Parts: sequence; structure tokens; C-alpha cells
Amino acid sequence: MAQKNRLATGGRINRNRQLTFKFGDNVYSGFEGDTLASALLANGVNIVGRSFKYRRPRGIVAAGADEPNAILQMGASEATQTPNVRATQQELFSGLQCRPTNGWPNEQFDLMSYIGKVGGRMMPPGFYYKTFMYPASMWETYESYIRKAAGLGRSPTENDADSYDHVNRHADVLVVGAGPAGLAAALAAGRAGARVILADEQSELGGSLLHSDDTINGEPATDWLASVIAELSALDNVLLLSRATVNGYHDHNFLTIHERRTDHLADRAETGKVRQRMHRVRAGWVVLATGAHERPLVYGNNDLPGCMLASAVSVYIKRYGVIPGQRLVLMTTNDFAYQTAIDWHRAGREVAALVDARRNPRGERVAQVEKMGIRVIRGSAVIDVLGGKRVAAAQVAAIDEQGERVVGAVEAIRCDTVASSGGWSPAIHLSCHTGSKPEWREDILGFVPGKTVQRQLLAGGITGSYGLQDCLEQGYQAGALAAQKAGFNAVKPASFSIPCVKEQSAMPLFHVPHTLPTSRAPKQFVDPQNDVTAAGIELATREGFESIEHVKRYTAMGFGTDQGKLGNINGMAIAAKSLKQSIPQTGTTIFRPNYTPVTFGAIAGRHCGELFEPKRFSAMHAWHVKHGALFEDVGQWKRPWYFPKPGESMQRAVNRECLATRESVGILDASTLGKIDIQGKDAREFIGRIYSNAWAKLAVGKCRYGLMCGEDGMVFDDGVTACLGENHFVMTTTTGGAAGVLEWLELYHQTEWPELEVFFNTVTDHWATLTISGPNSRNLLAELTDDIDLDREAFKYMDWRQGTVAGVPARVFRISFTGELSFEINVQANYGLYVWEKLFEQGEKYHLTPYGTETMHVLRAEKGFIIAGQDTDGSAHPCDLNMGWAVAAKKPFSFVGKRGMQREDCVRENRKQLVGLKTRQPEVVIPEGSQAVKDPDQPKPMEMLGHITSSYYSANLGRSIAMGYIKNGINRMGETVCYPQADGTVIEAEICSYIFFDPQGERQNV
Amino acid sequence: MSDVLTPEVDIDATAKVAVMKQLPEPGLRPVRAESPLHHAQLDEMAVAAAADSASAGVVLCEQKLRGHLVIRGDSKDRQFALSVTKVLGLELPGKLQSARAKDASIRWISPDEWLVVVPGDQAFAVETQLREALDGHFAIVNVSGGQTIISLSGPSARDVLMKSTPYDVHDRNFPIGKVVTTVFAKTQAVITRAGEESWEMVVRRSFADYCWLWLQDSCAEFGLAVQQDKGNKTMVFQTG
Amino acid sequence: MLYIYCPHCEEHREEEEFHYGGQAHVARPKDPDACTDAEWADYLYFRKNTRGWHHELWVHAAGCRKFFNITRDTVSYEIKETYKIGEQPAISE
Repeated sequence: MAQKNRLATGGRINRNRQLTFKFGDNVYSGFEGDTLASALLANGVNIVGRSFKYRRPRGIVAAGADEPNAILQMGASEATQTPNVRATQQELFSGLQCRPTNGWPNEQFDLMSYIGKVGGRMMPPGFYYKTFMYPASMWETYESYIRKAAGLGRSPTENDADSYDHVNRHADVLVVGAGPAGLAAALAAGRAGARVILADEQSELGGSLLHSDDTINGEPATDWLASVIAELSALDNVLLLSRATVNGYHDHNFLTIHERRTDHLADRAETGKVRQRMHRVRAGWVVLATGAHERPLVYGNNDLPGCMLASAVSVYIKRYGVIPGQRLVLMTTNDFAYQTAIDWHRAGREVAALVDARRNPRGERVAQVEKMGIRVIRGSAVIDVLGGKRVAAAQVAAIDEQGERVVGAVEAIRCDTVASSGGWSPAIHLSCHTGSKPEWREDILGFVPGKTVQRQLLAGGITGSYGLQDCLEQGYQAGALAAQKAGFNAVKPASFSIPCVKEQSAMPLFHVPHTLPTSRAPKQFVDPQNDVTAAGIELATREGFESIEHVKRYTAMGFGTDQGKLGNINGMAIAAKSLKQSIPQTGTTIFRPNYTPVTFGAIAGRHCGELFEPKRFSAMHAWHVKHGALFEDVGQWKRPWYFPKPGESMQRAVNRECLATRESVGILDASTLGKIDIQGKDAREFIGRIYSNAWAKLAVGKCRYGLMCGEDGMVFDDGVTACLGENHFVMTTTTGGAAGVLEWLELYHQTEWPELEVFFNTVTDHWATLTISGPNSRNLLAELTDDIDLDREAFKYMDWRQGTVAGVPARVFRISFTGELSFEINVQANYGLYVWEKLFEQGEKYHLTPYGTETMHVLRAEKGFIIAGQDTDGSAHPCDLNMGWAVAAKKPFSFVGKRGMQREDCVRENRKQLVGLKTRQPEVVIPEGSQAVKDPDQPKPMEMLGHITSSYYSANLGRSIAMGYIKNGINRMGETVCYPQADGTVIEAEICSYIFFDPQGERQNV
Repeated sequence: MSDVLTPEVDIDATAKVAVMKQLPEPGLRPVRAESPLHHAQLDEMAVAAAADSASAGVVLCEQKLRGHLVIRGDSKDRQFALSVTKVLGLELPGKLQSARAKDASIRWISPDEWLVVVPGDQAFAVETQLREALDGHFAIVNVSGGQTIISLSGPSARDVLMKSTPYDVHDRNFPIGKVVTTVFAKTQAVITRAGEESWEMVVRRSFADYCWLWLQDSCAEFGLAVQQDKGNKTMVFQTG
Repeated sequence: MLYIYCPHCEEHREEEEFHYGGQAHVARPKDPDACTDAEWADYLYFRKNTRGWHHELWVHAAGCRKFFNITRDTVSYEIKETYKIGEQPAISE
């Protein structure tokens, strides 16, 4: 297991700790401190995957977040599968297992590549749109094949057992990026006493200092780095986060940081440890010190393994002690990249040539390189490379001064590595997230952040300043200023002295010309991740796509998981040239969150599984569980749905519960109903303004049903309100409507009628509500109370009384949602279960039967009682519901909804009205949602008359019952309507009153 | 049922408000009260794991079955503030503040709302005294059954809060005595800083189980110990 | 995620504590019954769709439960001011 490209010395790796890992089916070894990418390069692995569309072999290009090719599928087990991991950012650990994302059957031999070879011209941009458009019905079939071919990685099919979470943080100053600028910023802000967070995506803080030969104030940069980290670590007010990518910059300086806490240690997190954490940061000020990404040059076959970024080659040599080849050809437009040739040469391997596009480079590094004996070819470029699975030679030719044409003979230079540098692009991604429009700077040939409304400062490479001295100084000033703006005192200025290297300006070159026209030249890749070529972009502009955003969508440039970090600027330059306009005229696409891919685990945090959504329980929940209830979600509440006996079907259980309630006595946990305590001398007036019916005369001790409407006159909630005292009421709401109704009351009180003296408080959770219903409910209650006169005259229907039930003080409301004699017992919730159990102790002789929401629905539907939200949908006013009796139009105050229900449309003929529906065949239950038509044989589209809102089988009536809307239904009693079903059958039903049972209401008045 | 003494029986048709003594009278027959986290069997857990609690990063305790009264009124009304102070022996706290004495505490909730917490058996007495003392436009609501207090203490209590609430719980922003009503996981809580390393959250009854599950999960990396509720006077006479 | 200053709590709080209540200063007509259908429809349904400074109603739902108004730029989301119900904004739209 020789690491053939590992240098004998150097790098920030621990050579005493060898780690073995698996890539595909092969086992390799690396060292602690390696990234997966550096370890693969050390082992001489050329091909790390196949390209997205053409299936061309691809190798490692970069050393950081900008890597487009080494996108791997990680995970040693099914449960730990993670797609889209950049090998350049994944630290090596012992036992790591990964495989290429693309490539079938494997990355070395890919069947799809033959299509790519024949093709290219067969798969131009828009290929998928153009090819798979027709017929539309086949799209799903196409898509599954495209997905397999596309190979975008896969998610695990087993549950991820690791734990993820969120942490909310607040900082005076958040510094993004811990390169020289960021470190200096954090140092200044930290010294000022501000709460500082310094976050960096890499395993170590330091950025470019980690592979720098520079000296700072006379000491090696790495020593300076160590001392700064020591100072920052000692400050209580500074939080240092490594392996933490600031991936989103949102409104009002809210930023998200994706921290990978254990991904560098093992396939799974240790028990109890959090694998990844999302920090949700609200920052006073943000210092963006995100640096810059090197831009590769675009030339023929530039995607062959062995073609790399110049700076990445230096990083591998100096940070990891890995040299990714034997013979290097370096192509550059600038002085900075000369460093790579120097590094390669010093590592003891051959630099075959340094090809500079500029005619007459004269910087200090040029002289240094020539002194080393390295051949510098001026005014030239690598126009394409030769090779199969790895670069074998670079084709070098002279080009004109504008970089538009090849003007000399082509020389093939043998090499296995071609490093290129077209300059640097500031990493403006986060700035773009805030909506700031990037601005082009001709002097640096790059976009920098534009104007912003955020409290944001910039420092270092992101501003287009790449010199170490500038970065440190800008960083320190930005950190000091941010702290000052956040209210801290100024800090002492710091000075940095760095030996200066004189550089000459760079040449604007993005797309290297070829002897052939772009469309016929070997493929020149702009966005290797999405296989977007220079020819493809030119084709897009020829096909009429002029906006860069359209070019992006048509070619898919920048749509990969790398968001075009490497290729977007080149792509824009090529589009601009093709459109014969400038880059600023062409503009740039906008980067959006997230900066690098984020796992779903980190996004979800703890909000998953049992904790995905709060489950609300009543005080009697444990009893329901113990007695076999199945539960229904009503809002966040878990309400008993029905209580099946062993082996009993739902329908049979519901039939049994319904019959038992009407025949003897049933009990329902009604605790979830919203309850609002209303106190104040104007409470009655307020209620009268909010409800549609009259409240002026409701006496203490009495209850009344009310309808609540919006200003449009449409019903949105209902419930019973009891008068507890002259200035004291308790209002009940639907279970789901509780919070909304309370906010509604507050809205009117606070914004419209603040002069009314009234207070609203929720008491939903305070009271447990136990509803006993049925002819024996009075007898049962009598067993448990001796201080409430239950006589039918003393305690009438719609009265409430106070007393004790089972020894517990209670308010008992004689109200009914079943149409039976019924009592709602309200006790403080701490005693709810106790009283519930006492009722069962005494209830045995009455066969007390617990029932759930399903039986409640059936029983209320038998009586034609609506459920707001089920039988109403915001388009029905009280008269539509045939509940005109609940509208007191003569009330002196124009109550909420009154004017609305008088609008022209509300009083017209032929509105849909709620009616009852009886099927011709009594055993057939119409599915809820079924649409009513008069004649099922009429041509489509049919005239819809309305739809079914509630539909059940009623055991008490021995037939099905339904409620639903029918146009002008109240005047169409006795007519027959049809409900065509999806299976082609038609259910016929007769329009009738929706009060199916006990129309005189005799049973609740006994 | 003759062994049960009842405080009030009928409706007073002229009453302005209905004040209700909501706790059972102490009698021969014990009446079981269950706090919102009763089902979690925290006391049993506390006894079982007493030995581990020293090393735990977070210690949790349900301060259960207390008397919770919401007071509404005008903070600018001097008489209102004085009357509250007279009854409770506590200053009416201003914005985002709380005050506490041995047996009672009061939390600011909103410009016209406070939460008073007293021993469980004193809610009715305190409500009655307040009603006697107060005048004009005010309201008092007994919400004792509707919420509970979960206290969190220990060196990692703050870290757990940071996982749970977007509010800034840093010393600088959240000194001892401060109280905020805010988001807690996907529900809400009234969070008070009770001490250097101790916090109290008032949560609604129906959400208490969710909060408890959330806290167990969030505390996992620090170690969680449960403590018995030592201040629960209500239980004494009910089980007697 | 906005960071909103509650004028009642006198603190900035996270957006998740608040509910949005639509355009501010839409007063309920004093005498609804005297409104024509068109006037009532205007009150009910018609709102500005401002690009720029916009006055809007919010409620501190998970905090003090009080309503208040915000002047916010609908393009940049910048919040210029928050003020209590009954108070007038410093900036007009």
C-alpha cells in the first residue's frame, strides 16, 4: 500500500498515524491530517468519478469547497450513506468507506461513456428538454432512466441513527472565514470585548496560512497563526468553530452555520454525541472574510485527470506532503501561480514548462522561476491536452495578445499534470444570499459584493485584495470597526509586516483559443460538474438565450452541488464574448443558499421522529392509551378516535359506541375544545360584537351557542359561551380554532375597540372537560354529586351549575353536542383523570361507554350539528348553513360579519346551502368530498351543484346520513341529486333536512 | 358523598365574576391530583438515579401542582400596583422582570399581564384577597391546572436552552430575575433566570410531555438527572 | 428570518415569535351598515401591493400577545420603525 505520491517530508499530517480507507472496492492508506482527496492523490488515484452527462473520467481538480469532480458517496453502512461529499473537505479517518457517485458499473469502466464519446454533439445543451418532451405521458418513464444515468448519489434507505441538532447563537460580530483576514478581524473584535464567532469550513483555522511560506512580523506565518489561535482561544467572548461552514446569509444578519462535529472521526457518531449541528446565528455585525477561489482556464480536454488548479497543487504539496504527479506543465495569466512551479520544483519533481499567456511577464517570481532553470514559454497557452485516463501531454501554442487566436505552431510537451490559473474570483456567495448585486471590477477581473442593507463588512480576498499584508490589515480594521459599531471601544491598531513580492498585472483570459473553432475543438469544459462546455454556452447564445440567468438554466451551468464555484465566471465571460458585450453588461448569476450541500439531518436537527411536531395530550390521555383507543390528530392534539374492543373493526366499534350513548350513556374527553376566559365590564358587549347572535339578555348561569364570522360574513368558528357572572364569561371554540380565535378577539380589542374594558385569557389547558351523554347521564352524575340539583327544572338544558363531582369542585354545563341529555363536567385538569375514573367506577351499572371523535361526529351529524372547518370552508354564511336563527340583525352594534353577509353576492339566489342527503340505498355511504350533479350523463364539464362535507353510517337510524352543499338546496327538499364516483358508479341521494334524528330536540330536554 | 364538604353550591345570579375554589376539601377520601408530567414518573426516576445526579450537566425538576394565577390590569395605575404588592408582599415587576419571596413569585408576561405562582393550596385564598384589594378594571384567572413549571439547573442548563429557544440566554442579555415568553422548540415557554445556573420554564399542560421529551433528547450529551419536587405542599394533605 | 423589535417588550425578537397581520391602518368603517357594497369590498379585500416602505400589522404571538405596526421595506426587508397601535409612523409610504 505504497503512497507513491507522498513526499518524504512536509505537510501538516501526522505520519505516525496511518489510516486505511476504502474507495470503491480498493483499500488505500493515508495519514491523520489528510483529506480524502489528498489521500487519494497520495495513492495515485487518477479517476474519482465519471462526468454527469458524457461519462468522461474525472480526477481531483481543487483542494476545497470548489471541487467539482471528487463528489463521493460516503458511508460504511446503509444507514450512514451520505451523498455529495466533497473528497477535498472530508477528513480521512480509519475505516472510511466511499465510492464514486457516477460511474456504472464503475468509475474505471463506464458504459455510458460510449454515448459520451460518440456524442457530445448528440447531447447538446437542452438535450433532455428537447429529447424527452414528447409524449408528455412518458415523462415519468424517462425521468427514472435519466435519474439512474445522472447518478446524483443516493440517500440511505435505512434510518440515520445519528443525532443532529440546532443551537441558537447571538454574536456582536460573526467573522466568516478564518484565513488571515478573518483571523485578524476576530482578533480585533475579540480584543475589543465583543461576543465573537469565528467560523471556518476547514478542519484547521488558518486558511492560506496553513500552506504559506510567508513571514508575518518576522516569524513564519504558521507560528503567527498558532499564537493568534492561542490568544483567541483564551478569550471567553470568542467562539472558534472549525469544520463549520457558514452556508446561508439571511435577512437581518441571520446566518446558518453547518458544523460537522464527528464526520472526521468515524462513520457514526459516538453514542450521545451530536454528529452535525446547525448554528442559527443572529449577528450584530458580520465580517465576510471568505477569500477567493482560483479560476481555472478553459482549454481543450481540460477535464482529463491531471488537470488541476495551480493553487490546489501547492496546497497538496505544502499542506499534505502530496505531489499529484511527476511532470508538470503550468499555465497562468498571472504572477501568483508561479508559486506552484516553485513548490513543484522544490518538491523535487520536474516542471516541464511554465506557459504564461502574457507576452512579457517581469514580476519577481518570474525571475525566481527562471533562476531555477524552469522553462518559461511566454505569450502562449495550453490549447488542449492529450491522454486517455490521465494527461499525457500538453499542446502548447502561441496566442495573440487578446487571447483570441492561436498564432503559432503547436508543440506537444510530455507531462502528467497540467495546472492552470486564470486569476482569482472573490467568494461572494454569502453576500449574494442577501440580495446584494455583485459588481464587476476590471482591475481584478472579478465580481465583488455590491451594496447591501445588511450590517456587513468585508475583508481580504472577497474585496479583491489578495496580498497577505492587505488581508491582515483589512481584517483587523474590519473586526475593530464591527466591534465599535456594536458598541465596544476602539482597540489599539495592529501592524503587520510582510516581505512584499512585486507582482505584475494579470492578463484577462478565460477561454483559451484553439486552432479549431470552439464548436469543433476538443471539449473545453466550463462547468465540469454539469458537463457544460464553452461550445455549449456559445450554442445557447446562438439559440437566442441572452440573459445570463437563461443561459444558466438552459445549459445547467452552475446548477451542480458546487454551484459553479469554479466555472461561473468563465461561463459569463464566454457568454459575454459570444454576445459581443462586456462582462458587466452580461452580469452574473446570483448564488443562493446553501454555500455547500447540507445534510437533511442538520436541517431537521432534533425536529424529527417523535419530536417532529408537538403532540398535545389531555389529562386523561394515559387512560385512553390503556383502554386501547386509536387516536386522531386534531391540530396538534391527539384525540381518541374510537375505542375498539379486541378484534373489532372501526365501523363496528363506532356503531357500538353510538348505540350505547343513545341507549344509556357514553363519555367523551372534550378537554381539547378551546376555552377562553373573558372578564371585564364590557365583556358582554364585546361578545355581542364578535358573535352573530344576541347576548344582551343571557343571564348568569346560562349558556348560549354562538357563530363567529369574518368581516366577509363567513362562518369561521363556533361554540358555546357561558355567562359565569355579569362581567365574566367563558367561551368555547373548536379544538383547532382555539389559538386563532383568541388572537381574533385580541385583534379587535387592541386595534378596533381598545375602549372596551375586557381581558381574554386562555383556559383551554386548565380545565379537563368530561362529557357524559345519553339518557342515563343524569343518573350517573347523581351518583357522584350531592350538591348540584339535577332536577330537570332546576338544571335546565343550556344551564351551567357549580358544585362538586366525585369530591372535586366542578362547573357542569348542561349542553349537548349529541342531542342527548348531556353534561359537560369541567374540573381543574390536575383532577381530570381522577374524576374520569370515578365516573367509570359508578358507570358500570349504566354500561358507561367511552367514545371518540368518530362517534362524536356521527352523533352530531344525526342531529345536524355542524363542525366549523368540516362543514364550513370559509365560503358559507349562517344563512347558507340554514342557521339564520343565529343572526341577530337587529343588534344595535353592527357585529363582525353583519355587513359582509348583506353583500350582493351573499343575498343572491342559488347560493350553495347546507342540507341533509339520504342515499337511495340506505347502506351506501357517500364518500366525503363527492360532487353533486343533477344528471350524471350530461356532457363534461358537468354542472356541479355542491359537495358532501360529512357522511357516516348511522347505526341509530340503520342507514347512511350525509350533510353537504347544494345550490339553492333549502328550497329543493325532496329532489334527487347524483354523486358520480371515480369508479364510474353513481350514488343517488335525496335532499332532506340535515336533522336526521329527534327533530324536535326532545331527548336533550328530558 | 356526605363526607365531602363543599365550599359553594349554587349560582349567584348577581355575581360580577365567578370565583371558584377549585381544589377538593381535605377529607377522609384522598383525591388524587396529577401534574402535567405525572405520567413521566419523575419522582421515581429521581429516587432511582439519585447517585448519578452529581455528574449530570443538567438537573431537571417539575415544580408541580402550584397555584398559578394570571393577573391582568393596568401597570400605570399606581393603586393597582400597590394593591398587588400589599397582598403578595412583592413589587409588581416591570417589563421582563420577576420577583419572588419564599412562597410566591410573580412574573411579568405582558404590559397588562403577570403570572403569580403560589403554593397549590393557596390559589383560591390569594385570588380572593387580590379581588378584595383590587379595584377598577382588572382580571384574575386561575390557570393552575393548565400549566406547570420545569426547572433546569446545572452547568449545561444554558446550553440546553440554546438548543431550544432562539432567545439570547447569554448573561449579558438574560440576567438573574429576567423573564421572557418565547419560543421553546416548537411550542412556547415563559422562561425565567432563577439563579446563576438555574432556570425555570412555565409550559402549558398539553405541551408538557413534548417539552419533557425534547429536554431528555437535548440533554443527552450532557447527562440529565431528575430531582424530586421538594416544594409540593399540595400533595401533603391530599394523600394524608 | 426577520429580527423584529417589539415596542411593548422593547426588545428585538426572532420572527418566529410573531404573526403577520397584513397591511396596517386599515380601520373598520365606523358605520358598516352605511357602507356601499363597493366601500365594504374595498375595506375587506383591497390592499396596497407596495414596493418599498410598507406599514404592516404584526402581533407578538409567542411573546406579549400585543399587536403593533412595522414600517418595512418590501424589497430589502429593512425595518425602519415599529410603533404601537394608535401611534403614527415617522415615515410615510
